[in-house]
Amino acid sequence: MTQLALIIDLNVCVGCSACVTSCKEWNTSGPAGFMSDENPYQKDPTGTFFNRVQTYEVGEFPKTETVHFPKSCLHCEEPPCVPVCPTGASYKRKLDGIVLVDYDKCIGCKYCSWACPYGAREIDEHQKVMKKCTLCVDRIYDENLPEAERKPACVLACPTNARLFGDVHDADSEVSEMIRDQGGYQLMPEWGTQPSNHYLPRRKNKITIHKDELVRVDNPLNKEQKEHHKPVDGSVLDDNSFI
Amino acid sequence: MHPAFSVIFLTTLIGAAQGLFLALFSTQVYSEFELLPGIGDTNYYGIGAAISLILLIGGLVSSFFHLGHPERAWRSATCWRTSWLSREVIALPTMMLAVFVYGLIHLFGLDSIAFTHGEITLSTSLFVGIFGVVTTFALFICTAMIYACIKFLQEWASPLTVINYFLFGTASGFTLATALASYLGLQEHTLFLGGWAIVLTILVFITRTASLYRNSRIKHKSTVQSAIGIRHNKIQQKAQGAMGGSFNTREYFHGKTAMFLKSVKFIFMILVFPVPVLLLSASLNNGNTEVLIAAFVIQYIGLLAERWFFFAQANHPQNIYYQTV
Repeated sequence: MTQLALIIDLNVCVGCSACVTSCKEWNTSGPAGFMSDENPYQKDPTGTFFNRVQTYEVGEFPKTETVHFPKSCLHCEEPPCVPVCPTGASYKRKLDGIVLVDYDKCIGCKYCSWACPYGAREIDEHQKVMKKCTLCVDRIYDENLPEAERKPACVLACPTNARLFGDVHDADSEVSEMIRDQGGYQLMPEWGTQPSNHYLPRRKNKITIHKDELVRVDNPLNKEQKEHHKPVDGSVLDDNSFI
Repeated sequence: MHPAFSVIFLTTLIGAAQGLFLALFSTQVYSEFELLPGIGDTNYYGIGAAISLILLIGGLVSSFFHLGHPERAWRSATCWRTSWLSREVIALPTMMLAVFVYGLIHLFGLDSIAFTHGEITLSTSLFVGIFGVVTTFALFICTAMIYACIKFLQEWASPLTVINYFLFGTASGFTLATALASYLGLQEHTLFLGGWAIVLTILVFITRTASLYRNSRIKHKSTVQSAIGIRHNKIQQKAQGAMGGSFNTREYFHGKTAMFLKSVKFIFMILVFPVPVLLLSASLNNGNTEVLIAAFVIQYIGLLAERWFFFAQANHPQNIYYQTV
């Protein structure tokens, strides 16, 4: 079975929000209709987004670290939002595991948003239907696009390659390898939702150098007790040489 | 959670309607088995069923205000296999139908004898009533399970939610039935129903206090550490991903101060429990109908506050991602 998902590498995310804008740009111009905004250019702008980047400060000054944390629908393997939907508008595709909302069936009761512990669903205040990340389902299968571009808009936009897209059920895929090798984890594992999207933790590239490692212990010159070069005190012949 | 008035009115109105219907049916069963005198010429069952139906319709209408697309509401009956909300959508009209038929039989004197065995005779309306009671219980369970089934809304995910919904509904319904019986001059019925209204109100006082106690000591399973997957005791949110707020900052927060919440709790604890019990016990014997009606109205207003508090108190785990609201 296929389960498409995003892998988000917190180690390289710089919080530039390129994924947010490209997501909005692609999806607001998509066949499913626009993602509406309220006061987009005035005070208190608000609107519908599938993806948002949050920022957290971890630790206490001066030992702090800034973590940029992109958050979108995690396409859970056990999505709690799907069974609660009274109309069947919310569903999980068997084909590729993407959790989608049928905007023509949604009655806008918001119950699915209550049933999502991650707050990944947002109601469109103008169209009055529930919206969420579709993993750019209208893009990833589009054969008119070159194969390299058949990826979610956010993945293509990320300048640091912090977002990877692939099948997490395929053990040999790039994303599965990343999860295995880099310690990929899921959010709120305590609820058994089994999110498909994984996050890669921050990684420190530290090297510990001990004092004795600074001196070459097995230097053969040391063994022969031979002093290789010792500057001579006082003047030497060369000092008075004309040549 | 942000309390939605449509849902507050829906749950309180249908709760009272369900309780009222159970009160009507209890009275009828007691009368048929001659534990209570008959209702004489009064149209107690018919009027009661009509009031119950009006309350149910009121609840249904109010629920439509919660929907973004009310014109598609019919679709919500399709997923009854998995969704408690869908089951409620089926249970509510079914109960309305049962109450309608029950009321029709009584209002127009269409009742007949359906069953005789020796000295026992059972009327048709009793069987309609049994069907009504089954749908009433089903509706209570569906309504409460909508909230109790969301396991990560820990304030709601408890059997106490179902018990409270049932008892709040029956308590207010029996209080209303008491006022109705008194209005129609049914002295013994007033005593019977009023007695049960007091018992149910005291019972729900115990169970609601239990749930308040539970919720005050609740340990939330999700933390900011599990939410973003970083193991550090000091994590501070600096940006929420939206400048002017979002659906996430509006839908899941009540936006009121802790003091306001406390006051609402205080108000409903007074209006739902002691005041109606005092009014009921003071007026059951002297047949003071106005006071009994006041008891219901006060209890109902208290229930609106109770339901507001029920929603406001629930702390959604997504709020961890929006710490600076």
